[in-house]
Amino acid sequence: MKKLMLGNEAVARGAYEAGVSVASSYPGTPSTEITEFIAKYDEIYSEWAPNEKVAVEVASGAAIAGGRALSAMKHVGVNVAADPLFTMSYIGVNGGLVLCVADDPGMHSSQNEQDSRNYAIAAKVPMLEPADSSECRDFVKKAYEISEEFDTPVLLRLTTRVAHSQSEVELYEREEHPAKEYKKDAAKHVMVPANARPKHVLVEQRMDALSKYNDTSDLNRVEMNDTKIGIITAGIAYQYAREAFPNASFLKLGMINPLPENLIRDFAAKVKTLYVIEELDPVLERQIKAMGITAHGKDLLPLIGEYSAALLREKILGEKPEAGFTVDETIPVRPPVMCPGCSHRGVFYVLNKLKLTVSGDIGCYSLGSAKPLDSIDSIICMGASISALHGMEKAQGREFAKKSVGVLGDSTFLHSGITGLIDMVYNKGTSTVIILDNSITGMTGHQENPATGFTIKGEPTRQVDLEKLCHAVGIDKVTIADPFCVEDFEKVLREHLEAEEPTVIIAQRPCALLKKAGYTGCCEITDACKNCKMCMKLGCPAISMTSSGPVIDETLCNGCGLCVNICKFGAIVKK
Amino acid sequence: MNIMIVGVGGQGTLLASRILGAAALRAGKQVKLSEVHGMSQRGGSVVTYVKYGDRVDSPVIEPGEADMIIAFEELEAYRSLPYLKKDGVLIVNTQKTNPMPVITGAMEYPENILDKLTAKGIRVVACDALRLAKEAGNIKAVNVALIGVMAKNSPLSKEIWDGALVDAVPAKFLEVNQKAFSLGYNHQ
Repeated sequence: MKKLMLGNEAVARGAYEAGVSVASSYPGTPSTEITEFIAKYDEIYSEWAPNEKVAVEVASGAAIAGGRALSAMKHVGVNVAADPLFTMSYIGVNGGLVLCVADDPGMHSSQNEQDSRNYAIAAKVPMLEPADSSECRDFVKKAYEISEEFDTPVLLRLTTRVAHSQSEVELYEREEHPAKEYKKDAAKHVMVPANARPKHVLVEQRMDALSKYNDTSDLNRVEMNDTKIGIITAGIAYQYAREAFPNASFLKLGMINPLPENLIRDFAAKVKTLYVIEELDPVLERQIKAMGITAHGKDLLPLIGEYSAALLREKILGEKPEAGFTVDETIPVRPPVMCPGCSHRGVFYVLNKLKLTVSGDIGCYSLGSAKPLDSIDSIICMGASISALHGMEKAQGREFAKKSVGVLGDSTFLHSGITGLIDMVYNKGTSTVIILDNSITGMTGHQENPATGFTIKGEPTRQVDLEKLCHAVGIDKVTIADPFCVEDFEKVLREHLEAEEPTVIIAQRPCALLKKAGYTGCCEITDACKNCKMCMKLGCPAISMTSSGPVIDETLCNGCGLCVNICKFGAIVKK
Repeated sequence: MNIMIVGVGGQGTLLASRILGAAALRAGKQVKLSEVHGMSQRGGSVVTYVKYGDRVDSPVIEPGEADMIIAFEELEAYRSLPYLKKDGVLIVNTQKTNPMPVITGAMEYPENILDKLTAKGIRVVACDALRLAKEAGNIKAVNVALIGVMAKNSPLSKEIWDGALVDAVPAKFLEVNQKAFSLGYNHQ
């Protein structure tokens, strides 16, 4: 039976068919749906972990214990999980271990454009890269075979256009792989220097063996056609190149680390001009050139952003695309915005009003950096809001700390914000942190987390009490406040900023897209409006300015009532 | 056949693309869809590509390649214009949603977009899909009403579309969506 599937869904299907028994991940676009789809299979134990490092460690433990295990993450998630990854390369596996990594060329939903293929080289583990959904399914199954045959974790690299494209996938039955026997084996599993040294030797031998395996692996495909142009490529870049050069010869790589040297030499010898086509870093090109092979690559093609068939035709053949219709005026862009009813809006309204320095973090609330809320000063990575805030205080002093805050979501706080908070307490910081507790992991599309009280399967579980947790690490002043009671929230915030100690405000209100937010109806602006434009400072997409004053779009408004709370003239009412 | 669906995050463009995908599969074609998840879904411009044919490589549609564009919002229709083929069809939901630069007063929402499109000699099919969705009984069915309009202008048979609805729409919402589809299909 064939089914149209997202690349991510096909990865989940592959895991199911390969007999995977444990999956642990932290959500991150464009990888999230892999684990969401896995959670639909009752045969696989699945979970959301607090962060990628924990997730990969859970999967590692499962693999050491003999089960087939998987973890999925976005590219920056590998940075968090790099520690277990590099040592699992030495330890190897018992049951197969596959780590799925989704890169985001073009940064559709990411803070950087790093190329995770560099990790495969650095950690000395094999990496496979599918080019469509069908290959996603196939390559996951193959990855488990390689993992167990070569005693190694295997990385599966996706990019946004593979992860979030749908194409046909043939469905097969699940092959059961019950957990293998677990035996205590310190030389293999205990990575102290005496054991790790001989392991490193094995890792290097394994890479040589994998390179030879790759020379004849059916993961790669040679398509000989006109030999004037030969193209070595992999993943989504193959699709763009195939569309741009339908008559060229192709070496389409499926396993991109370690490279199949003999296969590449053989292909290169058969074509007149060789091109290496890959998005982002010249990972393949550098290695191919190091083999002494002449090829074009980044001399013609960009290091930045996504490719397309048109881009390849233009850069390689010099063919400009035919001019289509043009828009003859500058039209307004439509950047993403906080939703109507967003629980974060009240917080950022106050932060903007007080003109504080705001150390931001990763999540929907990064949208608080956009006009008119325009309040965030810096965003680095998951959890950095608190630690960077602490660093700011140490560089600028106490008076600066009185005018600055860190903001991060509940899920991000548990991911890696908590360690920053411990640092601040331990090292006598006095800054104020606001945890935006909207009861869900929002930006990635509503995943449960340890603070929501539910598992990935929606089962009730023990809930982390954020207030008690903050107390436990040494924060005495913790206040729970409703960000929509704007006046009270501002008062609480001023008190916290003045306190000569590290403090936390838990801004509690559910995400507007959750049923439990309970918003109904919509708001309306009455004749009492004095056109003071205060409501425009909220940056609510439902409120627009017209020549006769502000109006509320009833198709967008969900009746959250924040604007009712901030109107000084009582001119906005709930309908 | 290259079809683009453009709109504002949260308008239900993903279900629309799934129905298109299901229809192409029923027609026995190879099909690829490419969608955008994550940040831009939060009220930003969203684009979905649907390509089908005997062989489809890249899942992405490039400027000048779209046979049809289904625009859920007027400004997004205007923005998508460079993607339309010279003889392509542009289906426009006559709904306007102000983007943030318009809300903050930094820019103005372009006037008379439909007239400007028609003046360029483009085949524009305008439709008040919100009204059709309300008539069908659920304002969220705007997406399927637009698919109905699109289906009428497509080379695939009504039978294929009826089947695609059953394939792609959750059973609970099938009836209201069938009604919305039919109102869209019989529009004009």
